[in-house]
Amino acid sequence: MMEKMIFGRFIPGDSLVHRLDPRAKILFVFLFIAIVFVANNAITYGLLIGFTLLVVFMSRIRLYFLVNGLKPVMILVIFTFLLHILFTREGAVLLDLGFMSIYEEGLRQGIFIAIRFLVLVFITSILTLTTSPISITDGIEVLLGPFKRLKLPVHELALMMSISLRFIPTLMDETGKILKAQMARGSDIGSGPVKERIKAVVPLLIPLFVSAFKRAEDLATAMEVRGYRGGSGRTRYRQLNWRFKDTASLLVLVALAGTLWYFRS
Amino acid sequence: MDILLRQVGYSYAVDTPFEKRALTDVSLHIPSGSYTAIIGHTGSGKSTVLQHLNALLKPTEGAVIIGDRKIEAGVKAKNLRDIRRQVGIVFQFPEQQLFDETVLKDIMFGPLNYGVPEEEASRRAHELVEQLGLPKEVLGKSPFDLSGGQMRRVAIAGVLAMDPEVLVLDEPTAGLDPRGRREIMDLFHQLHIQKGLTTVLVTHSMEDAARYADQVAIMHNGRCVVTGEPGVIFADEEQLGDYRLEPPRTVRLQRHFEARTGLKLDGISLTEEALAKNIALALAEGRDSE
Amino acid sequence: MNSTILSFEDVTFTYMPEDESVRPAVENLSFSIQDGEWIAIVGHNGSGKSTIAKLMNGLLFPQQGTVRAMGQTMSEESLWDIRSQMGMVFQNPDNQFVGATVQDDVAFALENNGVPHEEMVKRVKESLHQVKMEEYVDHEPHHLSGGQKQRVAIAGALALKPRLLILDEATSMLDPQGRVEVIETIRELREATGLTVISITHDLEEAALADRILVMNAGHKHGEGTPDSVFLEGNELTKLGLDLPFAMRMTHLLREAGLPLTREHMTEDELVDELWTFYSDK
Repeated sequence: MMEKMIFGRFIPGDSLVHRLDPRAKILFVFLFIAIVFVANNAITYGLLIGFTLLVVFMSRIRLYFLVNGLKPVMILVIFTFLLHILFTREGAVLLDLGFMSIYEEGLRQGIFIAIRFLVLVFITSILTLTTSPISITDGIEVLLGPFKRLKLPVHELALMMSISLRFIPTLMDETGKILKAQMARGSDIGSGPVKERIKAVVPLLIPLFVSAFKRAEDLATAMEVRGYRGGSGRTRYRQLNWRFKDTASLLVLVALAGTLWYFRS
Repeated sequence: MDILLRQVGYSYAVDTPFEKRALTDVSLHIPSGSYTAIIGHTGSGKSTVLQHLNALLKPTEGAVIIGDRKIEAGVKAKNLRDIRRQVGIVFQFPEQQLFDETVLKDIMFGPLNYGVPEEEASRRAHELVEQLGLPKEVLGKSPFDLSGGQMRRVAIAGVLAMDPEVLVLDEPTAGLDPRGRREIMDLFHQLHIQKGLTTVLVTHSMEDAARYADQVAIMHNGRCVVTGEPGVIFADEEQLGDYRLEPPRTVRLQRHFEARTGLKLDGISLTEEALAKNIALALAEGRDSE
Repeated sequence: MNSTILSFEDVTFTYMPEDESVRPAVENLSFSIQDGEWIAIVGHNGSGKSTIAKLMNGLLFPQQGTVRAMGQTMSEESLWDIRSQMGMVFQNPDNQFVGATVQDDVAFALENNGVPHEEMVKRVKESLHQVKMEEYVDHEPHHLSGGQKQRVAIAGALALKPRLLILDEATSMLDPQGRVEVIETIRELREATGLTVISITHDLEEAALADRILVMNAGHKHGEGTPDSVFLEGNELTKLGLDLPFAMRMTHLLREAGLPLTREHMTEDELVDELWTFYSDK
């Protein structure tokens, strides 16, 4: 289940979407989130779906993987859809089951909310699937740059984020290894009553914490020895490059917003 | 207990963009009571094979037969605990699995999980600590207060305490100093003989494979390419080279000696002691004949 | 140009200064390392080797005696300047990899020292070339082998153009191939640049390559000298929990098997030579 989950993962590639500046992509996603709320009828939601599919197509990520990988999120979508159908009581009655009825407005709302949810999840996933975590961190650090004046520790936050990202695969591997070692010793995580399961997590968590602390300590030593003394006086190795296509991508979004505004009812 | 891998294939993360094939058509027979070494380059699939030996991984193709149990691709296997009790695995850097308040409790963790009575588990812990050359006092200490080498031994004791019939070792001496390395390998060999264990050693060390094993299997690119006796496998330098492996140092020195002196030693020398003896013998004979 | 690059003068360090019953980790230790030397510090686990490493880079300060490096006494004030002139590679390849990719990691120390961007790009490239990892610039650490990660760590140290490179058990967690890769890298570096290297290790094969070996035991200096002279001690070293190089072990075993070998051999070539002489003499 977890290994199929693609939310938050990165698939390297060379599509136009991959090559955009991370700052452009982050701004794109935030703008898109705002724009989604402009849609309010069949045409505008249709346009949103079309636009989303276009972005997916341009990222050259296979739709199949996207749909397959986002299955856990689908459950949430279906759930909200059902909620709207069951609890909205406006418009004509479409179906009368006696103990409850389905109204026209409920169905409409349900479908729209589901679409809104889906396009948002798709576009956000495209951001993380096409941008390496470190580029996202770089983008965030630069975008948050102005907040340094307000004493927000932007550099430290970005470094923390990039180190956490760097260690996620390492710690995932380690979790798998310890889990297997304890399973080999007869520990049974994932079956039996809840109380037993909680007890079974201890032999997994303690070694994991011990090792994470050890790693943190080693890492701190290595960083100190390599001359790390906080953000001041540091130069940056990674440089971001804003090009015309980045501006263009945001202009496309503005155009989309205009079109939606024109067609909304 | 016999273990048989029959045309085993295994892929990680099936049906995702991250799918990765690890094993292809692996067939391997580990006879009861044998000492089998699995060697191969990093990434050759050694550790994936190892995890099939007690059903931590289930094959995505083919079947694994462990004793009288059969784990088949596509068939749901139940009650794997029994298998896991009989096949103990000492993972690489096993000290990472220690967690309990005291060494005693940690060693008893495995046996208690498998329903061994408390008294018996405690008796085994006491016995093993002594067998592994640790002072008795460690039983009451926290495992995290021990030195690296001691932690390693405690973790090994934790696996041995389950009294497995098959012992699978994944680079059990990685990171230890030379003395510790030798002591632990000798101990496993001693247990192998005393308890009639079936031992599987996954290792990078050709020297250990040559010294201890009676069967050697070479893994390469996810396939088990060769199995045979160490005396045969380590004599074939060309074949080893094909799989990016080197013969043990004793064999390299033997070849070097033979090339230089023109003398031919009997067979190949798998241990340093044997090599010394063989060279002395060859030199004595060589001089007599002249 | 034989100037001292690092020295310990009568250094004592204990982790528990208030408890007299605990033996100091390092006691009355003196030694010095010359510019351009390759020195190996050997000892079994717990002999005080890792404490020495921490005293060298100012992670610990001695209770007694002085540590001098690059002509300065190690202190809170001189610390950062000294560190900018030494590179260090630690035992666990994973726990010292700071960057998200190979090139980011190599650049880390440069960023910390405020090196301008263009210069950084140049040095990252050069250093990766020196350790033959230039093809891996964009690789993430979990896709590298242990040996490759350690080579990246060496590149990260070299990028700062240090005067001294310290390897703190840098090969002990690697597989044999990784070990060979790292040792080869150091050897080539030494040939190309004459960089001063200190390797702290329990692998005597690695130590045998050094110009000089310092043997530690229970916090004390047990002996010091060229590899030949140190290995002459033979069984004495085995008692300290160390191993002899393969050729030397074979020499001893051959002697036990009745061959009157006269010399101690450090390399297989020498050993086979004597065996051949012995054979052809008659």
